[in-house]
Amino acid sequence: MKIAKPGLLTTVQDLGRLGLQHFGVVPCGAMDPVALELANALVGNARDAAALELTVLGPELALESDALVALCGAEFDAKVDGKPMPADRPVLLRKGSVLATGRALRGSRAYLAVAGGIEAPTVLGSRSTCLPAGFGGLEGRALRAGDTLPLAADAAPLALKRYLKISGRKKAGPAGMSTVRWTAPAPTLPEADRIVVHAMEGRHHAYFDAAAKRAFFEATWKVSPDSNRMGYRLAGPVLALTEAAEILSEPTCLGTVQVPSGGLPIALMADHQTTGGYPKIAEIAGADVPRLAQLAPGGSVQFARCTLEQAVALRRALRRRLDATLRTLAWEFGK
Amino acid sequence: MYAEFTDALDLETNAALQALAAALRARALPWVRDVIPALCGIAVHFDPDHPGLPSSVLETFREELEASFKQAGKYERAGRLVELPVCYDAVFGVDLEEISARTGVAPADVQRLHSATEHRVLMVGFSPGQPYIGGLDERLALPRRATPRTRVPAGSVSIANTQTAIYSYETPGGWHVIGRTPLALFDPLRNPPSLFAPGDRVRFVPVSRAEFDRLKS
Repeated sequence: MKIAKPGLLTTVQDLGRLGLQHFGVVPCGAMDPVALELANALVGNARDAAALELTVLGPELALESDALVALCGAEFDAKVDGKPMPADRPVLLRKGSVLATGRALRGSRAYLAVAGGIEAPTVLGSRSTCLPAGFGGLEGRALRAGDTLPLAADAAPLALKRYLKISGRKKAGPAGMSTVRWTAPAPTLPEADRIVVHAMEGRHHAYFDAAAKRAFFEATWKVSPDSNRMGYRLAGPVLALTEAAEILSEPTCLGTVQVPSGGLPIALMADHQTTGGYPKIAEIAGADVPRLAQLAPGGSVQFARCTLEQAVALRRALRRRLDATLRTLAWEFGK
Repeated sequence: MYAEFTDALDLETNAALQALAAALRARALPWVRDVIPALCGIAVHFDPDHPGLPSSVLETFREELEASFKQAGKYERAGRLVELPVCYDAVFGVDLEEISARTGVAPADVQRLHSATEHRVLMVGFSPGQPYIGGLDERLALPRRATPRTRVPAGSVSIANTQTAIYSYETPGGWHVIGRTPLALFDPLRNPPSLFAPGDRVRFVPVSRAEFDRLKS
């Protein structure tokens, strides 16, 4: 697959580089891992295979051989040779076709999975692109025009074999795209103009004044344009501390909400720095971080208070639903 | 999850935490992804999807820490000695003059005081391979810069309060830069990828600009 146009920020991502935070290595990985797992399952891959993460404006790809692909996550107005490509389902693309993934209509990130996976080299246990340190993925950077995606050596025969299995057909059409009737949309897309995200009180919640404590859980926060894979900057009321606190740097986590001296919170996302010295007002529930990641700049979010036990329960419920879908999809592929 | 043991940096507590973190890591709990010895506490990242994750995870964390306490003695380490070449020329040590003006220590003495004693790695974090190093001479202690720089080059050796930090990648930063090391602090293709680990002893070895260039190439 050749990249004709790179899109806004297209990177190779899997489920991340885990277990190296004691060396300062952030996991990176998909911002919406739920959508990534579904995209992989839709083409018959293992759930942790590497795929392309598309951000707001997707790439244009020229197919140099057959491929079975699925686009899952944000709704993009993707087209194959000018015809709309169905989302959230496996699509067989024949050699010579052009996939223009278009722009996001709802949500902000989608995953383009290819049967056999994207075979970027595994670095420290993951194929994910680490943009802050410039390694992993495709040379540690976002895709550029002219790049060729490293696919599995058997990606083309695998595409045909898997497509025939799931469609029940004897052979596929000679050109363009073929698909099936079933879909598996991501449950992480914003369901309304304003989403509600669960969050626990952070370690330094008590350092904030009464107005700030109230405002954090009552205000509607807007995702700022300068948000990225490292952090979502939220615009809203300024959050003040009761007194200036000098905090020694300490470990941070995916979903930590820290408040720098300007008083506007930053929610730490997949590429965040592993330690920080700003007061932490909240920790976003793990089940809801992928939903926040689907908000585009300008999107609105409100925080609902929860406990650690509730956050664990939310995550378990999400995992159960996701696993049920993954099992159904695996069954279609005869696994 | 994070367990804080002190809110003021203290080298002895930090050394004890590193042994405790090693003991906790050795328990190899299947739902624990990472154990991080930090400046003043221990953080644990866990797999929220692990079927073995206890439902009262905080309480289990406390119990596991208590069990680790009993084993911690076995994990006390003297620490490996890392000798790090540093060029303290003014072209790299862009804050040397300001430090001199504010502390009354001459620039040449900043280098001498910084390289005279052995330091210790208290934590690795922020960027891949970036060490927070304790043991700075009190005479050089200054708070962080009021306005952080938007770009600090990789390899910059910098000080604030009683610590030294070395920027492993070009990032924004608010510490006072006194020199630069030619060595790569992190290389994903090296094993281990990080030059520094918590508990390492560090000696800064002054090198000339010519030596810096030779080591860099």
